Amino acid sequence: MALLDIRGLKTHFITDAGVLQAVDGVDISINRGETLCVVGESGCGKTVTAMSILKLIAMPPGRIVAGEIVFEGRDLVPLTSNQLDDIRAKEIGFIFQEPMTSLNPVLTIGEQIAESLRRHEAVTKKQALERTIEMLKLVQIPNAEGRVHHYPHQFSGGMRQRVMIAMALACRPKLVIADEPTTALDVTIQAQILDLLQDMKERFGMAVMLITHAMGVVAETAQRVVVMYAGKVVEEAPVDELFGNPGHPYTQGLIRSIPRIDLDAQHKTRLETIAGSVPILINPTPGCRFAPRCRHAMSICAEKEPRLREIAPGHRMACHLGDAS
Amino acid sequence: MRETWRRYRRHKPAVISAVLLLLLILAVVIGPFIWRVSINDIDPVAGLQGPSLAHPFGTDDLGQDLLARMIYGGRISLAVGLAAMLVSVFVGTLIGALAGMSRGPLGYALMWLTDLFLSLPQLPLLLMLIYLFRDGLKAVFGPEGGIFILIVLVIGGLRWMPVARLVRAQFLSLREKEFVEAARALGASPVRQVVRHILPNALGPVIIAGTIDVAAAIIAESTLSFLGLGFPPDTPTWGRILYDAKDFLDIGPHWALFPGGAIFIAVVAINFIGDGLRDALDARKVI
Amino acid sequence: MSQYILRRLMIAIPSLLGISLVLFVVLALAPGDPFGDLATNPNVPPEVQAALRAKFGLDDPIYLRYLHWLSAMAHGDWGFSFVSRVDVDTLILQRLPTTLYVIGSAQLLALLVAIPVGVFAATRPYSIFDQLANTFAFIGFSLPTFFTGILFILVFSVKLDWLPFVYSEVPGTGIPWLLEMIRQAIMPVMVLGLFQAASLTRFVRSAMLDVIRLDYVTTARAKGLGQTKVIVKHVMRNAMIPVVTLIALQMPAVFGGAIVTEQIFRIPGIGSLLISSILANDTPVVMAVTFVFACLVVLFNLIADVLYGWLDPRISFR
Repeated sequence: MALLDIRGLKTHFITDAGVLQAVDGVDISINRGETLCVVGESGCGKTVTAMSILKLIAMPPGRIVAGEIVFEGRDLVPLTSNQLDDIRAKEIGFIFQEPMTSLNPVLTIGEQIAESLRRHEAVTKKQALERTIEMLKLVQIPNAEGRVHHYPHQFSGGMRQRVMIAMALACRPKLVIADEPTTALDVTIQAQILDLLQDMKERFGMAVMLITHAMGVVAETAQRVVVMYAGKVVEEAPVDELFGNPGHPYTQGLIRSIPRIDLDAQHKTRLETIAGSVPILINPTPGCRFAPRCRHAMSICAEKEPRLREIAPGHRMACHLGDAS
Repeated sequence: MRETWRRYRRHKPAVISAVLLLLLILAVVIGPFIWRVSINDIDPVAGLQGPSLAHPFGTDDLGQDLLARMIYGGRISLAVGLAAMLVSVFVGTLIGALAGMSRGPLGYALMWLTDLFLSLPQLPLLLMLIYLFRDGLKAVFGPEGGIFILIVLVIGGLRWMPVARLVRAQFLSLREKEFVEAARALGASPVRQVVRHILPNALGPVIIAGTIDVAAAIIAESTLSFLGLGFPPDTPTWGRILYDAKDFLDIGPHWALFPGGAIFIAVVAINFIGDGLRDALDARKVI
Repeated sequence: MSQYILRRLMIAIPSLLGISLVLFVVLALAPGDPFGDLATNPNVPPEVQAALRAKFGLDDPIYLRYLHWLSAMAHGDWGFSFVSRVDVDTLILQRLPTTLYVIGSAQLLALLVAIPVGVFAATRPYSIFDQLANTFAFIGFSLPTFFTGILFILVFSVKLDWLPFVYSEVPGTGIPWLLEMIRQAIMPVMVLGLFQAASLTRFVRSAMLDVIRLDYVTTARAKGLGQTKVIVKHVMRNAMIPVVTLIALQMPAVFGGAIVTEQIFRIPGIGSLLISSILANDTPVVMAVTFVFACLVVLFNLIADVLYGWLDPRISFR
C-alpha cells in the first residue's frame, strides 16, 4: 500500500472573475521511502496540490471540492484543521520555497524548531533544546550551540533553508514535502541543499515529495516523476523511463529545454523552449489543455480530454498520440 | 472614470453618505430661504422648549429657534471645513512637491519639519495660537471674519503633513517611472513635468486625504467652539450651540442633541465618503 | 539594545528643541507683547514686572531671548502664575498626575478593547463580527469626544443617575475613597478610551491581516500548532510592531481628546488648566502647559521607539 495516495483531487479557488480550477482531478501516490518529483511550469498546480494535502491553502477562497487524500490508510480530506494538526510536522513535514520569508523574524530559530517538538512529543524545554541543537548539527550548521539562539535575519539564505529542513525533520516525519526548496537560492547553494536533503533521506528513510520546475533537479534526485500541466497530471513514470522514453509532447518539451553543457560546445544547438504559457484556469476549454501549445495537436485534442493510460509498466500518460482506442 | 464610479457604488455606506452629505449641504445653503425664522429673535416665554411645529428643533434658553440657528451655524461649520482643507492641501502639496523634487538637504529639512509637525500636540497648540492672535485679527477683520480666517489658517496649517508625505512619496516613486523619464529626455522643463505628469498621478491619494481633512477640520472647529474659544456667542456654529447647551443637559437635552447629531452625521458621512473613494481610486495601499 | 535607546534619545532631543523653537517663534510673532498686559495687570507687583522684563530680556535680539527662555525652562524656572499666585511648575506638578491617571486608564481600556476585537475580526475577515466591528470603529472615531461626553452624561447621569458628571475632590480615605475615585473616573475614561479604541481596532485589524498571509504563518500552521497558538505567537507578535508606532503617532490626538474630556467633566488636570489660563490670560501657564504636552508627546514617542526595538529583534542589531 502506498504511503500517500491522492485520488481525483480537485482544489478550486473562488475569485471575482470566476472559479479558478487550480487542481483539477489529480492522482499521485508515493511509496514509503521513495523520492517522487512533481514537475511542471509555475502555475500548473504543483504547489496547490502539495498545500492541499495538509490543508495549508487559504480557505476561503480555496476549497477542496472533490477527491481523496489517503495517508496511511486514512482519508485526510474530511478532517478539520484541528484534527490535521496531529499529522502536520509529526507525520508529514513541509519545506517551503522562500527561506527568506518562511521563518518568523521575531523568534529565534531555536524557538521555532523546538516549538514543533514541544507540540508533538512529550519533551521538556531542555530536551527540546538539545534535540534542536542535534538537528542543527545534522543539517551542518556550524556552531549549532550558539546559533540556536540567533534570529533568522542573522542567517544567509542557504543557512535558513538548512534551518527549514531541520524544522521539517525534527519530529521524524514519514513524508517530507519540499516545495521548490532550491529555487530561491544561488546555484552553488542549490546543489548543497539537494545533497543535504538526499543525506537526510538516507539517514531517516522518509519518503520525499519534491516539487520543482527544474528538470535537472529531477534527473539528479527522483526515483519516480509526475509531470503536471494546467492542474492535471499528464505523465507519470520512473525517472529513467521518463528521460529515456518521454511520451507526452509537454514532457518532451521540458526535457529538451534542459541546458546541456556537454552538447552545446560541439553542436551549437539553440536551447529549445515551449511556445506560449500555462493557460489561466478559469472556465477552461474542453479537450486537452496543452493542445494550443502542442506541435502534434490533432482535431480530437480540441474535443476530447485525454485520459491517463499505461503505455509501459509504471509509465502512464494522458495524450491522444498513439492512442489506438 | 466609469470604473472608478462603479467601484465607488459598490461601497454602500459611501453612497448613502454622499446622499446624506448632499442633503445636509442643500439644507444649509437653501434652508434660510425656506425657514425664514430669525436666528436672534429672543422669546423668553418660549425658552428651552422641545421640538414642536413652531420650532421643529426646539428653542434654547433665550427662546431662539434652534433650526434657524443650526442652518446658519452649519454654513459656517461646513465652510470652515472646506476652507481649512484647501489650505492644508495647498500647503501639503507645495511642501511635498518641494521635498520630492529636491535631492539635497532641502528635501531632508522639509521632511524633518513634517515629522516635527506630526509630533506637535495639535489641540494645545491650536488653543495657544488662537489665544495669542485672536485679538489682533479681530481688530482687523471684525469678530466673525477674524476668527474665521484664524481658525481656517491654523487648522489648515496644522494638518498639511499627511498630504505632504503622500505627495512626496508619489514624487519619489513616479520620478523614476518611464513616462517621466521620457518626458525628461524630450526636454520637458521641471515645472512642466510636475504639472503635466506627476501631480495628476498624485491626485487620487491627495483627494482622499483632503476629504478626511474636511472632517478633521469640522471636528477641530467644533472642539474650539465647544471649549468657548472659537466663534463668538452670536455666531451659532454647531460646536458653539453645543457649548451653550452643555449646562442645560438635564432640562433641555434636545438643545445639545441636534447640533451634536449634525456634527456626527457630517463627520461620519465625510469619513465614509473618504473610505469609498479609497476603494474607488484603488489607493488602499497608499494610505 | 542600550546603544539603540541612546540613539533614539539623541533623536528625541532635536525634536524637543524644534518644538520649543516653534512655540517660541509663535509667541514672538504674536501681535503686541504677550507680557505687556502684565504691566496693566494691577495684581502684578512692579518689582515682579521689572524682574520679568529682565529675565525674559524683552529688549534683546530674538535668538538671545530664545536661548534665555530655553535655559530658564531647562532649569525648571517656568515662571509665575499671576492668577493662581504660585510658581507654574508647582501648579503643573499638582495637576499632572490627574491627567496621566485619566489618559493612562483610557489608553489601557483602549488596548483591552481594541486588541481582542481587532485580532478576532482579522481572523474572520468579512464575517458578520468583522463587519460589525468595522462599522462601530468607524462610527467611534467619527464621534467627537465632546459629543460622546455629552451623550454619556445624558444617559448615565441625567437619565439613569448612576454616575456623577462632575469630577470633584473626594473626602475620606481607604476603600470608599478609592471606589469613589474610580466611580467618577469611569465616564471620562470610557469617553477617551472608546474613542482611542475605535481607531486602534482598525490599526490592529489591518496589521493582523497584513501578517496573516505571510509565509512564516503558513510555516507555523504546517507545524500543527493550532489556530490560537499560530495567531498569538506568530501573527500577533509581529502585528504589534507597526501598531506600537501607530499608537505613538496617535498620542497628539489623545492629548487633544484629554483636554476636551477634562473640560466636560471638570477634571482638575493640565488640560482644564490650559483652558482656564487661556480664559484668564495667564500667558506663562499657557506656554508651560503647551510645552508639557509637547514633552509628553516626545516622551511617548521615545517609549514607542524603545518598545519597537524590544519587539523587533532586527532593530537592535542594526
